[in-house]
Amino acid sequence: MKAKHQRLTLAIIAVVAVIGAGFLALIGLRDNAALFRTPTEIAAEPVPPGQSIRLGGMVADGSIVQQADGVTIDFIVEDGEAQVPVRFSGITPDLFQENSGVVAEGAFDARGTFIATNILAKHDENYMPPPMEGMETAGNDG
Amino acid sequence: MIAEAGLAALWLAAALCGLQLWFGVAAIRNGRDDLGAAIRPVAIIQGLLAMIAFGLLVWLFLRTDLSVELVARNSHAAKPMLYKFAGTWGNHEGSMLLWVMILAVAGALVAIFERRLRKDTLIATLAAQAAIGIGFYAFLLFSSNPFARLSPAPAEGQGLNPLLQDPGLAFHPPTLYFGYAGLSVAFSFAVGALITRDVGTVFARAMRPWVLGSWIFLTLGITAGSYWAYYELGWGGWWFWDPVENASLMPWLAATALLHSVTVLATRDSLRAWTIMLAVIAFSMSMVGTFLVRSGILTSVHAFAVDPQRGTFILGLLILYIGGALALFALRIGTVREGKQFQLISREGALVANNLLLIVILCIVLLGTLYPLVTEALGYSVSVGPPYFNTVAGPLALILITIMALGPLMRWRRDKWRNLVSRISLPVLAAALALAALVFIVSPIGILPMLGLVLASGVAIASFAPLWKRNLRRTPMFTFGMVFAHFGIAVALAGMAFESAFTEEVLVASLPGETHAVGPYEVTFNGAEPIAGPNWTAIEGRLTASRGGGTPVVLQPQARMFSSPETETSEAAILTSWNGQLYTVLGNSDGDGRWQLRLWFKPFVTLIWLGGMLIALGGLLAMVGRVRRERRTMERELYA
Repeated sequence: MKAKHQRLTLAIIAVVAVIGAGFLALIGLRDNAALFRTPTEIAAEPVPPGQSIRLGGMVADGSIVQQADGVTIDFIVEDGEAQVPVRFSGITPDLFQENSGVVAEGAFDARGTFIATNILAKHDENYMPPPMEGMETAGNDG
Repeated sequence: MIAEAGLAALWLAAALCGLQLWFGVAAIRNGRDDLGAAIRPVAIIQGLLAMIAFGLLVWLFLRTDLSVELVARNSHAAKPMLYKFAGTWGNHEGSMLLWVMILAVAGALVAIFERRLRKDTLIATLAAQAAIGIGFYAFLLFSSNPFARLSPAPAEGQGLNPLLQDPGLAFHPPTLYFGYAGLSVAFSFAVGALITRDVGTVFARAMRPWVLGSWIFLTLGITAGSYWAYYELGWGGWWFWDPVENASLMPWLAATALLHSVTVLATRDSLRAWTIMLAVIAFSMSMVGTFLVRSGILTSVHAFAVDPQRGTFILGLLILYIGGALALFALRIGTVREGKQFQLISREGALVANNLLLIVILCIVLLGTLYPLVTEALGYSVSVGPPYFNTVAGPLALILITIMALGPLMRWRRDKWRNLVSRISLPVLAAALALAALVFIVSPIGILPMLGLVLASGVAIASFAPLWKRNLRRTPMFTFGMVFAHFGIAVALAGMAFESAFTEEVLVASLPGETHAVGPYEVTFNGAEPIAGPNWTAIEGRLTASRGGGTPVVLQPQARMFSSPETETSEAAILTSWNGQLYTVLGNSDGDGRWQLRLWFKPFVTLIWLGGMLIALGGLLAMVGRVRRERRTMERELYA
């Protein structure tokens, strides 16, 4: 093999590898990226059970119900127009409370309850997922 | 006065940086050797001035001088001394000043110590370093002045984010910055060598310690960051694929590839263009990391301030430097002669395969990290988390580690498959035994952790193979470095696989006096009490854990409430034993005397960070070994 050829071969392999990586990433992203959805969006276009999404909204007033096991809670996430029932087992963040913003990660079960695997609450003014900022004001108005 | 002196030092340093760039350009383009000779002292003085500016900012923080806006916004008189000190870089402006200081000091160190490189290449390198520096000085002085005064001075400061008030985290950012700045030097060497058409073994030898050094710091920074996230966030995970974590992982992946290719260039004179390209990619990833973290487009504990102007500025710098370097690469790479040839089945071949896989993984992580930003711009929001990264990058990482184990067993230039087969029999046997043990003895586990454990056992044995039948006293130190680093990968991989396959979790609401079994431990809850610390109050859980009827150990997980700024954090209590960690978190009270407890037993989880430290130690051995050998060669040449 001539000197020029080895560099060319390596360059071609590298380009193919990077393009391959791009394809792998796109396929992976199509299957695994979790969409951010509000209750209104879910009411308009239901999410199939088992598909992971992030659900964002306000914890409805008076909706938090503690289950007998002491670690499971049921609550309702709303955005002023639609509501989604949520169940979560675990330790809720310190700032998780009624009438404040929340992002729940998880998926719907077959009966339409959102089973959250992780809950993010508003930490402080500096830590807030951008889509939540508008909602915070909406919640305060309503 | 201190703040004004700091600002003056910063302006002077920026001016000298401009001078350094001008001298370099004049020396290279117009043959002004007089200016070229002055570039070393200028670089050294610039480094000193940047150190003075940073030192003065530290002083302002230690005195809690509230007339300085940055101090007032980020510090508090009641804060422990360590966090006043570390708080200097616990904010946007301070951390950028630290970045610039390290950048300038790195340039000064090159000016002081670099003696092998051709004179014009060194001048071009220092000019390139100044070109990077000047952009960051402009960024600091025009959009992020750390010394701005506040009038009138407030009576009290606003404090530091409590999550950042942790000894581990105090030294995590500087460690990463050392890594980033070290890659800037590698980048400058590459640009310098391209400009003077001096891409060869001498250039690679000059660049190698910088790549190794920054790689060590990045490894340590990532390891420390991972452990911090593990014990401070109270979620029991050690890697979240958070964009900010990825921002430190991406330069590490690129630096790992660069580290191996620069070694091939230094010792075999192959992969010239490849090494230059990787140096550009590695520094680009440092810039992307800085951009992601500092621009405020990410919301996390790392994003200090959302200011679009700053984001745009860093993005501009990023495009300027990377675009400039790529254009230079395109123009000049044709003039770089091809290095020495090698066969596909050879150590070079394995290193190229590894390099390609590292770059593929890097692309996957980069695309996954940027994807949410792209969709955000398109008007819908997604989050990309572990399901994407683990399924797409995980299998590739396992292939990468397999090749990593094989590479050192192959000969340079050319080898035969047949010879390789006999050399890998022992590692394959170890892997087969692990597989048999997992299939026949242990309950079924996921495919990735299983492959991980099998691979870890094979790689652990294979990593020592380069020492086989060698006189250990005469084995060079950098060979030991490679052995340690590769063994460290096996150790960390084993820890990750054990943790994901065999973790036991208990989540209960417990009355005082109740006992819960988790892993080999019996954990008894003895109630919760309020306590107070220097700038926080907390509810502290009282747990006792005993193992097989042994002596009980007291564990006190806390839910802390900080006063300034008002924030709550969860402090996990962790009990470490030889075969894993008991990880306990106190949750909320239900009002009827029950408290939520989350208990994990994570077998061999400590291997993850132990492996990380072994990798860094391997890097250190390699660096010291290389530098010592270089010095000996140089002395021999002097006396010859």
